[in-house]
Parts: sequence; C-alpha cells; structure tokens
Amino acid sequence: MDKAALAGALGSPSAFGQSQFALTRGNAFEAKVKADGGAELLRLVHARLDPAAEPPHEAAVPDLSATGPEVRTARTALALREATGAPGTWTLLDHPMLALDVAGSPAFLEPDAVVVHPDGSWTVVEIKSFPMLDGSADPAKVGAAARQAAVYVLALEEVAARLVDEETPAPRVRHRVLLVCPKDFSNLPTASAVDIRKQRAVTARQLARLTRVQDIADSLPEGVCFAPDLPPAELTAAVESVQAAYAPECLAACELAFHCRDRSRAAGAVTALGRPVRAELGGLTTVDDVLSAARGESGDPDDPAVAALRRAAALRAEALAAAGRDITLATTGVGVAPCR
Amino acid sequence: MSLIATLARLEAVSTGRARPAATVRHRRLSDRPLVFVPLTTAGEAGAPLGALAGTDRDAPRLLVVPQPRDRDLRFAFLAELSDVVLPYVDSYAESVEAAERTETDPETGKRVKVEVELCADAPQLIVPSHAGVEFVRLLGRSMRFRRTVEQDPEAPYPAPPRVPLLGRWLTHFGERARVPGSSLLLAMTELLARHWATGQSGLEDQHLGALLAWIDPPAGETGAEAALRAELAREEGQLVCPPAGPATDPAFDNKLLAPAIERYDRARTALAAAEDGLQADDRLGELTAAERQIHDLVLSRTLPTWEKVWAGIDLLRALPEGAHVEERWTRDRWSFTGHRDRVLAGEPPQPRRDDAVTAANKLATREREQARLEAQEALDDPLVMAGRRLAGEAFAGEVVDVVMAYSEGKRPSPRPLVTVRTDDRPHLGERAKVYRSLGGKPQSAEFAGYEGEGLVVLRILDKMGRGKEPEAGSVPETGDRLCFTLFEHEQRGGAKLPDPEETPWTHGGPPGEAAPETPDTVTEEDVL
Repeated sequence: MDKAALAGALGSPSAFGQSQFALTRGNAFEAKVKADGGAELLRLVHARLDPAAEPPHEAAVPDLSATGPEVRTARTALALREATGAPGTWTLLDHPMLALDVAGSPAFLEPDAVVVHPDGSWTVVEIKSFPMLDGSADPAKVGAAARQAAVYVLALEEVAARLVDEETPAPRVRHRVLLVCPKDFSNLPTASAVDIRKQRAVTARQLARLTRVQDIADSLPEGVCFAPDLPPAELTAAVESVQAAYAPECLAACELAFHCRDRSRAAGAVTALGRPVRAELGGLTTVDDVLSAARGESGDPDDPAVAALRRAAALRAEALAAAGRDITLATTGVGVAPCR
Repeated sequence: MSLIATLARLEAVSTGRARPAATVRHRRLSDRPLVFVPLTTAGEAGAPLGALAGTDRDAPRLLVVPQPRDRDLRFAFLAELSDVVLPYVDSYAESVEAAERTETDPETGKRVKVEVELCADAPQLIVPSHAGVEFVRLLGRSMRFRRTVEQDPEAPYPAPPRVPLLGRWLTHFGERARVPGSSLLLAMTELLARHWATGQSGLEDQHLGALLAWIDPPAGETGAEAALRAELAREEGQLVCPPAGPATDPAFDNKLLAPAIERYDRARTALAAAEDGLQADDRLGELTAAERQIHDLVLSRTLPTWEKVWAGIDLLRALPEGAHVEERWTRDRWSFTGHRDRVLAGEPPQPRRDDAVTAANKLATREREQARLEAQEALDDPLVMAGRRLAGEAFAGEVVDVVMAYSEGKRPSPRPLVTVRTDDRPHLGERAKVYRSLGGKPQSAEFAGYEGEGLVVLRILDKMGRGKEPEAGSVPETGDRLCFTLFEHEQRGGAKLPDPEETPWTHGGPPGEAAPETPDTVTEEDVL
C-alpha cells in the first residue's frame, strides 16, 4: 500500500523525500567502494573482520541480476551456496536479494553487499554516505544502520538454515557487520566493524511478536477500502478502523504520522506530547482529564498520580504567583516572522 | 521531564499558547550577539551551501557557495565567513580587566595568586537549532587543520590565511557549547524550549518556526494552528516556513536548487570555452545571472530563519536575567580569554581526539557545571525550585519556633534549633544536611527530627559569626518564610587531577612527544 498517497488523500501529506544531492553523492560513493570488482571493499572486510584469512587478491563476483524479486532471491541463495561450497575463495555478492517473513507476508530486502569469506562464513556490508569523522560517526545514524543490518543478518540466517544437509552444517552468518563510510571530509572509504548481536536479538523478538497481517485484516470490518481516491470522510473512517498508537517518534518514521497526530490531538491524548508524559500520568490519558484532576475537579485524591498532579499544580501556581506576573502577557507584540 | 513541566505543556495544549517554564532568563544574552544561520548541502560533510551572519538585525551578510562541491568556492565562502566572525571575536579580545587566579608556583609548589587578564566581555554566537551547533563544530573541524601558504608552501590547495584560525575559534565555540549553562554558543530552539513549555512534544520543539508559533502566535490563531502551518504549509510545493537548517528541504533541493546549480555549472563551462572577448562578456553575464539566482534562493531560505532567531532574542530579552547568570558568564569569559591566550601563544590547533587527561578534565568540568547549573537555576527561579520541591529535594515553609541551643565543647557555639512548618515532603534522612541562601551565601543546617505532621526541626550550623551570640540576622526568626534545599548551592570540584606529567600510564599519561596533527587528505572529488 502506498502510505504516502494515502496520507495525501487524508489531507495530511507526509514530508519525506530525499535530496538528489544526497542521492547522487550516496550512489557515487557506493560505486567507488565497489569499483574494480570490489577490491577496496574486500580489502576492508579482510582488514577489519578477518585479518587471519588469505588476503583477497581476486574474488568471485557472481552476476545476480534477474527479473522479479523472487527470481533474484533464488539466484542469491544459489550464489551463496556455490560460494560457501568453494572454500579458500572470497566472494562478493553485489546487491543480493533476500526474503524475510514479516508478520506473515514476505518482505524482500536488498543489502548493499554480502561477502562470503574463505572459511565459508557470511558478512553483511552496509555502505553509508554519512562521514566517519576522526574514527567516529553520528551515533543515531550508526544505530539505524546497525538495525538495518540486523534485519539482513536475520534474513541471511534463514537462507543459511536452508543450506543444511547431511554432510554440511549451516554456514555461519557473522554477527559483526561491516559499516563503510567516507573518511572525514573526503570521498575515501573507511570502515568499522559493528557488533549487531543486540539489534539482531531485538529485531528477532519484535518480528516474532508482530501481529500477523492476516489477523489485522481479519479484524477489520467487511468492505473496508483504503483507495486514495475515496472521499476523504470515508477514507478517514476506513483508516480509523485500524488501531494506531501515535507517539511523536512516529513523525520520523511513518508517512501517516501527521494524520495520526491530528487524530491524537483531536482526541486530547497526552501521548501526543511524548511517551514519558503518558508514563507519568498513570491512568489519566486525556488532556482534559489531567487538567481537571489537577484543578481538583475530578479524580480520586487517593490515587498517587492524582495526588502528585495536584501538588504539582499547587506548587506551580505558587511559584508563578511568587514571580509576580503572568509571563504570557509579556510576550505579545514582538516582531512577526515573515512566514507566519 | 518533571510533572510540573508536563502540567505546563498540558496547560499550553488547552490554552493554545505556550506557558512559562521559567520566570527568569537562565542564559546570558549578549547586547551584540552574532547570529549565524548556515545551510549545508545534503549528503556532503562540511560542504556549506550558504549562510546569513552578522550582528545587525537589519543588515545580515549573505554568503553563498554557488557550487558546493568546488573547493575554491568553498574556501572563498570560509574566507568571507572569517571576515565576519574573526573581527567580531577580536573586538572582545582587546578590552580586558585585571583578575586574579591561583596557580601553583613551579619553584616552590605553593598556591599563589597571580594577576592575569580577563576579557571584559565575550563574543556570543547564536544559531537557530541544535543541528546548527553541531554544524559549527563540524565547520571548525573541517578548517582547523588546513594549511595556508605561509604555514606550508608545498600544501596542495592552500587555504586562505585566516581560515585555519576561524576553524580553531569555531571548534572552541562548539566545545564550550557542551558545557552545561554556558552561553558562548547558543541554539535558539534550546533557549526557547528552556523558557517556555509548548503544547507539543520535545521532538517537535526542535522546529524553530513551530516553537515560536506556540510562544507568540499571530492574533486570532492558536499556537497549535500556527505551529501546524509553520511545519507543513507549502506554496508551489515549497515550505512556506523553511527548515531552520543547516539541512534544507529535499523539495527545495530537487525543484529549485539543483536546476540553478546546473545552470551555473553550464554557464561556467561555457565561459571557460569562450573564444573571444565579446563572447566571454556575454557568457560572464550569464554566469553572473546564474550566480545571482543561487544567491536569491539561499537568501529566501535563510532570511525567514534569521528573522525568527531575532524574534526569539526579543522574546528572551523581555525576561529578567537570573541572578547567577552573570557568574556563569564570567566562566565563559575565562574560557574565551584562555583560548585567546592559547591562540596568541602560537599553540597548535585542538587535536582531533583529546588525550585521556584532557578528556577526563573535560568530563569532570561538565559534570561539575551540570550540578552547578541545576542548583543555580533552582535558586534563581521559583518555578524551577517548585520542581525540586515536588521531587523532595527542597522544601519551603514558615518558621514557627526558634530555640537557642549551643554545641558541646570547650567553646560553645550557637546551634539554634529552628522549627519549620512545611507542606512539602522532603526526603530527609537522619542528620541530613540542608541549605538556605543567606545574603547570597549558603547557610547549612542539619535535620534534627520531626516534631509533628509537617513540622521539621533543623539545627543551624554556620554563618552565625565567631561569638557566643549569633550575629544579627543570621538566625531565622519566627514568621520568616524560608526555602531549604537538600542539594548544595555551590559545587566543590572533586579531587584535582594530577598534572599530565604526573599521570600514570594506566590513566593515559604521561604524554609522549606532541605529534603535530597532519592536515586532512585531499581527494580528487573535492574539485570539479
């Protein structure tokens, strides 16, 4: 489903997009890393992950191109089997295709590269265009890359499990992935091994816990349709029928976040102000509930959350009175910025 | 976030307008701050696209890199930036006042007072958002290892003369910004979010336009509506309120900037291929027009942010300054003076990675300053103190009884017992120390027990003079309303770390020979 189109039809278009400068730069960097049959890339894998192995003087780079994701997945599995069955050689799989079962429906994944070591183990390679400055990169971006690589590792493990037969054990998928980034302000690649065991465990657990798509579909009323060309009111009602738990973190991840935020705000949900806020307020979930409890108009005074809220409200009022003024009045009449 | 801050946010939601989160201003605002609104090129590290900078609200200086991937143009931009920033920094470096500092005498090993210079005021950089602070650091890092022709005649692509110096200053600003409570380099969104609670989440508060919309919505509109418009409204596909940067909106990059840069590149190639003077004139005209277009585009994305930063400054100036802000600003002045002296002494630029001793010192400083900031903000601002009281780290109440008592010993000193009635619920352990502010200095007392529900008995311990009778005004009197804190008002630093030469190798010392940092490698890709 095209969530961006859906968000547009709902009147809260998403704000995602990628600058063509970033795209060009990212592609140019990846091409540079993989140039010459991946010589530089394999050198980095050898240096960072497997220095004991034979240096990769030449490597097999099987052709994985095919039409359709299923065929490409099959070719990838075949290439992996062949590479694993040829010990002592390095193999670089450029843009392989992997399949992973997500909530009961297959998702196709395309890692930047997978390297098969001479000992038959597999390594996921992530090529990113954010810089590694003096040996360290933006932790948020590295974290995102590690989570992404963890998904690839899980998918590779499924492929590996299918390669088992009487003679051969399953090939090992390494839990240290290689993150390749530009070095400092240059375009030269540098790399770092990232341990993704934790991300892998978290992702595996989340995947196992996901409600199956089929179950969600079954819970929907008969005849629900999400076609973006429906009248907005009907469409809104259709989207409403799927439960969503909006939190501000959604804004960075989901095309429908602005829509969910509107709904969440309209419902007065306190989670719209952040998950920690929700956690603090106990059983009170809407803005009006909280404020009326704080004013003493509702709520059970023996409830610790309500009692704390009333004390907070009293202390706040006292402090503002002590400061002797209501500051909101002091802020009017300041220059107005042009885009308002 | 404390419950009080949460409550303020909820009030903001229901009133449609930001609510105060502080009653005083907790950061210094210079009379003449340098506002810097940078833009960067997506996907490139340290490739600025342009900036507005200056100290005059009505006359910002526009700096533009028409082709961000061209090293020469980038250097031209940085040279221009140094023409804006360095004279501003220098103007504060000259006016000094005498100050004293205790230093260890190298010969006797004793602590002696030395007369030193302290800059009378310090420069202040204000950027729109936290990403801007990081960008200042990044720019500093990208410049401070560059070599000029004077430093190294052999260097490929030498940098303009003052660029490495600008790099060192921006690095210093960026480094200082990591010290809690410092004001040398400030991000407007963080400043505003510190002083107002909006009806949106902290994540959304990082959008300068939305934040200002909540604090000062246009007449007839709620903060939520105005903020939504600031976040999302588009005209002809472009955001009406451009992001505060340094990253630009992808739609702007793809629809407007990319074609303009392409046109510029074409015009440049055409000019280089011109065969005679007449043709060259024509093509130069086209190049100038193309450059003009990029200038206008950059201006259109930075000017709204520039205005907003100044609007934010106005809002903050309306708040009275907190009592301890001056003291923290003095620390900023020391830090500024220290770096000025290091530059004058010809010391090398800050290293890429701090050595273990420097890193440990920096961490200790930041921890100490964090504790200091928390204590001082609470003392300056009843609203912050309310949060501490709610958390059981302070209590306020009325003195209901004072009983004179004396310490046991050869020379009995006054140790009056004061009973305070309070509605707060402090977490008082046995003989817990509490502090109150007495003429700006902390007076300590000891928790002696409860006399009943909400009645706390305290034994006053100091600041009563040397005599048997306490000095007038040094002991609370019945009827006084006081506020005691469980945290100390002044931070004592931990044990001082040994000098680098004395540091054992287990802790990263003693330092080896200082190796000069090599400049960054230059790649082909930097040039067109």
